[in-house]
Parts: sequence; C-alpha cells; structure tokens
Amino acid sequence: MKPRIVIVGAGHGGIQAAASLREEGFEGDITLLSEDPALPYQKPPLSKGYLQGKQTDEAILFRSANWYTTNQIDLQLGVSATHLDPATHQLTTSAGDTLTYTHLILATGAANRRLPLPGADEVLYLRTLADAQQIGDRLAQAERVAIIGGGFIGLELAAVAVEKGKAVTVIEYQPRLMQRVLPPVISDVFGRTHLQHGVQLRLGVGLQAIQKQGHSHTLTLTDGQSLTADLVVAGIGVIAETGLAASAGLVCEDGIRINEYGQTSVPDIYAIGDCAAHDNPYAGKCLRLESVQNAVDQAKTVVSHLLGNPRPYRAVPWFWTNQYHLKLQMAGISAGFDTYVIRGDEAADKFSVYYFKAGKLLAVDSLNRPADHLNARKLLEAGVTPTEAQITDLIFNLNGVL
Amino acid sequence: MPKVTYIETSGKEHLVDLPLGATLMEGAVQNDVKGIVAECGGSCMCATCHVYVDDAFLDRLPDMEEEENEMLDGASAERRANSRLGCQVRISNQLDGLIVRIPDKQ
Ligand SMILES: Cc1cc2nc3c(=O)[nH]c(=O)nc-3n(C[C@H](O)[C@H](O)[C@H](O)COP(=O)(O)OP(=O)(O)OC[C@H]3O[C@@H](n4cnc5c(N)ncnc54)[C@H](O)[C@@H]3O)c2cc1C
Ligand code: FES
Repeated sequence: MKPRIVIVGAGHGGIQAAASLREEGFEGDITLLSEDPALPYQKPPLSKGYLQGKQTDEAILFRSANWYTTNQIDLQLGVSATHLDPATHQLTTSAGDTLTYTHLILATGAANRRLPLPGADEVLYLRTLADAQQIGDRLAQAERVAIIGGGFIGLELAAVAVEKGKAVTVIEYQPRLMQRVLPPVISDVFGRTHLQHGVQLRLGVGLQAIQKQGHSHTLTLTDGQSLTADLVVAGIGVIAETGLAASAGLVCEDGIRINEYGQTSVPDIYAIGDCAAHDNPYAGKCLRLESVQNAVDQAKTVVSHLLGNPRPYRAVPWFWTNQYHLKLQMAGISAGFDTYVIRGDEAADKFSVYYFKAGKLLAVDSLNRPADHLNARKLLEAGVTPTEAQITDLIFNLNGVL
Repeated sequence: MPKVTYIETSGKEHLVDLPLGATLMEGAVQNDVKGIVAECGGSCMCATCHVYVDDAFLDRLPDMEEEENEMLDGASAERRANSRLGCQVRISNQLDGLIVRIPDKQ
C-alpha cells in the first residue's frame, strides 16, 4: 500500500510540512485537514498589514489553490479531526470519514485564552482571518477601543487602531509592556512610542468587570477606575490545542510533548509548532514557542526524520513585531541574561541589544537594525560570542567573528 | 497583466502573469517557483525572498528602502548589484518582461 501522511492543521507548520514532503520527493498520499474554511493563510499580517488594509486576502495566502492540486495535496477545508486512535492508525474527521495513516503530523496550533469574566462574551479575539475581518469591520465603526493585554498582538492592534484615528486604551496587568519576553531597555521604547501616538496605557492594573450598556461597554479596572469603549479586543495569550492528542493518550504537558525529532510519545505521530512542547537548546528547558520560525523549522525537522534523514531540532529561535516605525527582530531567547551590551543609536530608535549569560551570547534584540538581526542568527547558530568592543564598534562587521 | 520570467537555479523557467501591485515574492510563491522561502510572508523581516533581477530593468525598479538594503547584506546567498528582496518589489507595467533569477540559497 502507498504510504499516507495525514497532517492536521494548515497553518505555518502544516503547510510547511506538506511543502517539504513534496520538495524532498515524498510520493505517497498527503491529506491536509484544516478546520478553518478559508484557503490557508499566514497569521502574522492579521494584526499588522492586513488590518491596516495594506495587504489583501490574496497577499497573505500561503499558496494559490492550484498549488495543492499540482502537488497532489488533498486539502480538506472546513474539516477538523475529531477522533484519533493510535493503535489502529485511524483518524476520524468532522466530514464523517475515517482516514488510515502511516504517519500523522499534528500541527493544530493554539487557541486564544478567553477572559474569565461575566459580561465578556462580546469581547473579540484575534487568531483567524474571520476574526481579523470582524475586528476590521467593528474598528471602522468604533471610536473608543479598549485592548486587554499589552503583549505583541494587543500592541500591534493598538498601533493600527490609533493610526486609524481611534481613541485607544491598553490595559496590561504587568507593570510593563511585553514583560514576559522583553527587558525594559526595549519595552520602554515601545511604551514611549505608544504614548507619543496617543495610546493610553493602563499598566499594572487588571480588568475586574465588564458591562454592556447599549452599544458600548464599561470596563471596571482593579484600581477602581473605569472606562467606556465601543470595541473591546483581548490578546491575553493562547492555550495549546492538545485536545485530540490528549484524548488519544499522547503525553501532553503544556503542549504535546515531543522529542528532538518531533515525535510524540507515540513514535509514528509527530507534533509541530504552537501545539508542541519541546526541549529547546536555546532556552535550556522544555517549552512551547509561538512563532513562525518554530513552526516552519519543526516541520522541516519532522519531514527529514520521516524520510530517513534525521536531524535533531536545533534551529535558532527568532520572532518579529511591527508597531509604527518600530521593527523589532528577536534572535535567541533572552530570559535569564545577566548583562547586555548595546550597539547602535538608542536616541534614534536604531539599536541592538546583545544579551549575555556567564559571558556567553544568549540572544539579540534588534530595533530597526535588520542586518544585526541576520548576523545575530548566524552568531547564535555558530555559538560564537563577540567581544564588547566588537559589538559597540559600528564599523566592525560582526560577520567577521564567524 | 505584466509578464515575469522566473529562472530557478536548476535552469527551469516559469513565465507568469502577475497582477499589478503583486510583489515578485508573491508571484513566485503563488506560481510554485522553487527557491523562494519567504518565511516572514513579505514583512521584510527574513531575507529569504532574495532574487537577482535582470540588469536591463534595474532603473525601472522601485527604489530600495534602507531596511531592505540592510537585510540584503545579511542574505544567505551572495549579494550582487542586482539583488533585491522579492517582497519589496511591486509589479508595475514598466516591469513587463522582467527576468528574475533565484539564488542558490536563502
Ligand atoms: C495575529 C497574530 C499575529 C502573529 N504575529 C507573529 C509574528 O509577527 N511573528 C511570528 O513569528 N509569529 C507571529 N504569530 C504567531 C504565529 O502565527 C504562530 O506561531 C504560527 O501560526 C504557528 O503555526 P502552527 O502551524 O503551529 O499553528 P497555526 O498557524 O495556528 O495553525 C493551526 C491550524 O490548525 C487548525 N486546527 C486546529 N485543530 C484542528 C483539528 N482538530 N482539525 C483540523 N484542523 C485543526 C486550526 O484551524 C489552525 O488553522 C502571530 C499570530 C497571530 C494570531
Ligand atoms: S518575505 Fe521575508 S523579507 Fe521578503
């Protein structure tokens, strides 16, 4: 019998897995299930260029409809995997089919964490194209926008909304923006820039209650203050989509547990991307990463392993965010750093921060310094630590230390 | 619609019609041209949509922004005078007949 690989989820991970399988010469059947009814698209633009109206529906597609046909990928849109039986290698779908696979790749992503508050059922969340379209429509009508959560998605939304002339308030429970991943040297630049554009920042306070009054909502904060908004959007983190895996008995922690080749506790089932908990060499611990890089590189790792050319997952983590004129590119994982060195011009919002731990380069955040970012990925991959003098010398080409 | 020819490193050619306003990166990805990765989806963040454009068209291309210029310095394949990031070049009628070569790595 011809081998058949079934992929669940057609986001960055699932699409890359299908593409790599064909590029690497896999000739068996590929079935790609997508709960989302839309032709598969990229998520990062949803909170950036797409919402701004600068990128069209077409422009954010991974591939044209044609591509799936020419590459013989059986893409099933609007179909979700509902039941998995690892013992018989069978997967049941919402279309009523039972698919028998030789290997299964779970690329189910993550779902938005929801506000656990009464009255919050009209709060919007952003994850899918349909969400973005709904937020876009509502944004066009709204005057006052409240955003719950000062993480990447919330802040990208805040920037888009304020640039459309809306009165925007961001409510963040932590005392700083993007606190989980960015130290003050970077997050303060973002805080200042949002304020300069007229965004109100309410830091260190939580949302206590939300009440609908006519067409608007009254939000009561934990410091006793309140505000009114016509549109409330929350970006308060995600929860890995592990339901299918967990009910089939696969080991799940915060995410589906995988080894360095992407295999779950059942070796012929792989998991990749936002849903997968893995030991990350750059973090020095088991975690999930929510990034395009991680989904794409884990897909490639799994395909190599499947096709008999195993290469453990060692890719340098990287991520980006775009807000106003600020383009931030992150390489490595800076958590746990003890010192840092700055390269570039802080006053001009054009600098990179090189983080060290015990004298070793850990991560680099580059603000409007794209060449530094690309170099940093190479340095981290090679495990090379430049000296402080080399970093601060703007004439010195950091490629030179490789 | 303007026509663009993409030439893969294997020598394989793709002659495609691109809608006005589409980028060279989108044209490659949507038409299954091999060798364009475009990991960041056109945000000028990854430098994996590097292309070499035909010299005859160099002065008809849209100007390069500083960030594209800097990203190209970090691209995997050799940077040449005719290097561009495919996601930063939008198709106009002036670019009808353009030839685009794909580098050996991204
Ligand atoms: C608004 C937004 C902005 C972002 N910006 C950035 C950014 O700037 N840079 C960056 O690196 N990352 C960004 N991310 C994160 C990035 O998009 C994700 O890390 C990436 O999409 C993960 O890919 P994935 O394949 O693991 O999951 P996803 O892309 O989430 O795809 C999973 C898919 O699986 C489907 N699915 C789930 N369960 C089932 C089932 N049972 N059956 C069938 N299908 C199922 C879902 O419909 C979903 O489409 C952003 C995310 C969002 C939402
Ligand atoms: S697609 Fe990433 S830089 Fe062009």
